Amino acid sequence: MADTRHFGRLAGTGIVVLGAAGAFLYLGGWFSPEALTPARFADGFERVDGIYSGFRLNHAKGVCVGGSFESNGRGTRLSKAVVFKAGRVPITGRFSLAGGNPYVADEPEMVRGLGLLFKLPDGEEWRTAMINTPVFGVHTPQAFYDRLLATQPDPKTGKPDPEKMAAFLASHPEAVQAAKIIKSHPVSSGFANSTYYGLNAFWFTNVSGTSIPVRWSMVPVQAFAAADTTEPRPDKNYLFDALIAAIHQHPLQWRLIIMIGQPNDPTNDATVPWPDTREQVDVGTVTLDHVESDYNGPCRNINVDPLVLPEGMAPSDDPLLSARSAVYSQSFTRRAGEKKLPSAVTPPEVLK
Amino acid sequence: MSTGVATEQRQFTVRMRFFHWLTAAMVLTMLGIGLAMVASLAYYHRLISIHRPLGILVLIVAVIRYINRRYSTLPPFLPTMSQRERKVASASELFLYALLVVQPLVGWGMLSAARYPITLYGALHLFPILPHNVMLYAVLRRAHTILAYLLSLTILAHFGAVLFHTWVLRDGIFNRMAPWRVRAH
Repeated sequence: MADTRHFGRLAGTGIVVLGAAGAFLYLGGWFSPEALTPARFADGFERVDGIYSGFRLNHAKGVCVGGSFESNGRGTRLSKAVVFKAGRVPITGRFSLAGGNPYVADEPEMVRGLGLLFKLPDGEEWRTAMINTPVFGVHTPQAFYDRLLATQPDPKTGKPDPEKMAAFLASHPEAVQAAKIIKSHPVSSGFANSTYYGLNAFWFTNVSGTSIPVRWSMVPVQAFAAADTTEPRPDKNYLFDALIAAIHQHPLQWRLIIMIGQPNDPTNDATVPWPDTREQVDVGTVTLDHVESDYNGPCRNINVDPLVLPEGMAPSDDPLLSARSAVYSQSFTRRAGEKKLPSAVTPPEVLK
Repeated sequence: MSTGVATEQRQFTVRMRFFHWLTAAMVLTMLGIGLAMVASLAYYHRLISIHRPLGILVLIVAVIRYINRRYSTLPPFLPTMSQRERKVASASELFLYALLVVQPLVGWGMLSAARYPITLYGALHLFPILPHNVMLYAVLRRAHTILAYLLSLTILAHFGAVLFHTWVLRDGIFNRMAPWRVRAH
């Protein structure tokens, strides 16, 4: 009798301890291997684009740039963020092309990216990763992942299976709508005269505590010229070469425009543009005056996490934001421990 | 005094018990958040925003707690614990203290090496404690995971040992650290 009770209590102890361990493993996602985690997302990029040691999983091909942001002080009524006080703060940035292949040949229709890191005098930072499309192509992290897999090249043909993409679009009308908007937006001739959009909505809070939903974009001072889509391209790095030559010649400038949302404008859907009639405030000018290779420049070892925000800016309820932060972090952690090589835009190329 | 034997210390001091349960609550929360955030897309940002300041709080509490521990009188071991078990218990206690200091420092250090701003709340942020070096970040990031699992396993062993003593041996070991006051009988 006593032995049975003793054994029962011993077994009870074991069960409770295992239960506690199980609860932790559950939190860590060990019992839901199908769930879309940052690691699975990263695996998806590697599966579709291939593995390139030391490079970003997306926007792998890029160059580092540097310069400053001159705030005109007009942003202070929107947000108490230090970056909007009149004055100048240094910037580190990176121009890039979408995709995981750092040796890809430049094409005009490829999505162009601009990541910026504003170093604020009080030690805070503002990091923003923007692209040259006015809206984002997908609404949710899962849709991004599904679209990514739909672009995976078929091993037989070496090209993506059009049926897979058709199936994706059939089940994602918002992606079809976004693609229409993106297509109707003329592509510029290069990095220097592209407008870059922050896409996701954020909240700005000013000193009196008023919060407003915003989206931001960087509008080039350089004159727009339509992209030349005639083939063949002059060089596989022609977009980057033109950017490098332009910066060597004179500083490039963009105006930072804050668009203020109205109560019914969606903050949780980056595929839907806000009406053009919304108030837009020019809060200052970004000047980029030097360029360096991604291989030995300062931007390679930085994660342009879009949720590194100063006090006065906060994320919206857009589901892409937290997911971007999580996957960028995963990508950063992977490449941090890998051997680094130059991309197709090599250090000597940047000196030309 | 004649009451010397009757008031023999059976429990850890009030301060030690307070620190123990405060640490337990914080560390269990931290381990849960840490595990969940690396597997989550939707809650990643919210969780890491809690993880950073709470980690620094764990570090501060661990240091104060260790100093308090050095200046406190401990109740004697129970007779149900063998010499070897006492040694293991003392060693694991020291190991836990070490983890509670090292793990937050590794977290702080890895964010420094990655050159992330170490935001606590609002504009409040910590200074970096290591130079910007991504290879160092990679090593520390891996160490942070390994230490988290070590911490979880040590806590689990501690929890299992207390359960075993309390349920199976019924020696009242839990009373020594119970959050409430237990009278000697």
